[in-house]
Amino acid sequence: MEICRRDDQIELFELDPFLAELLRQIPASADPNGMPAAEQRIFSSPTNGKEPVLCAEWKQYVEPELRRLFQTATQTVAADLEQLNGNEKSLANRSLRIPSKHADAWLSALNQARLVIAAKNDFTESELSDQIRSPIGSRRDLSLFQINFYGFLQEFILRELGG
Amino acid sequence: MHSPGGHIPPLQQFEVVPLYVSLSTMSREPRPDIGCLAQSKEIKDTAHALDEKAGTVTTAEPTVEKETRSEEELDLPWQVVVHNDPVNLMSYVTMVFQRVFGYPREKAERHMLEVHHKGRSVLWSGMREPAELYVQQLHGYLLLATLENTG
Repeated sequence: MEICRRDDQIELFELDPFLAELLRQIPASADPNGMPAAEQRIFSSPTNGKEPVLCAEWKQYVEPELRRLFQTATQTVAADLEQLNGNEKSLANRSLRIPSKHADAWLSALNQARLVIAAKNDFTESELSDQIRSPIGSRRDLSLFQINFYGFLQEFILRELGG
Repeated sequence: MHSPGGHIPPLQQFEVVPLYVSLSTMSREPRPDIGCLAQSKEIKDTAHALDEKAGTVTTAEPTVEKETRSEEELDLPWQVVVHNDPVNLMSYVTMVFQRVFGYPREKAERHMLEVHHKGRSVLWSGMREPAELYVQQLHGYLLLATLENTG
């Protein structure tokens, strides 16, 4: 896989089918529904437990706004990922172009996905710091690889945004 | 915080994510603290009226003092605290601090490193309403942030 900034878009090319599939999984991976640990992390408490009234108001008024914000980001990413649809079974490499104006949505969706996967697998800090674990031998290893791959993309987008 | 390769890229100011709601202005029912203040004013007025008519000191005074304490409590500084998270990237956290608080990169990095090494950093302190808005924005960026009363 290669990645570069070209004009007003970020271009990923020479994407092999495995990495393309990981990218396709971003919206689904970012969804915390049905996973209490992930829900708790994505919609974390605004206090250290000492302000029950504030927490109740937060759930009622702020959480729905955050939910909409996160959904909008994953929908934008899902629309960009449609470029990868239609040749899932082909072994040919493919390309993905991300408009620069969608960079914030990508940063958010990638972050959501990384947090949800980490919460779902209850990864430890040392596991998350292990950048060179390989080969992928289990579903857990795959999830860790997914977190690191999404983190790599985030780093690239951040670097490009920073000029 | 997570740092693939430990590389922190150069960053600049970005557009702030809009559309945050203020809890203070959106509540359907009066906030208990605001209710107390309204009540204290009413009691104080009543006490003054009684003073004028009867020339006596009324029993309302202690209540006024109590409610005045509530007013002082409102003015106590609130802190916006960000907590360590092993998943969020160090460069991402720095960018968020720059965007939300308008901090220069060096200051944002100092706070990010404090979160990373000490587990938490106080990013801002002041009145409750702006503190709430800051916490909302930080949650919008998926950071672990809390609002803490220093009183």
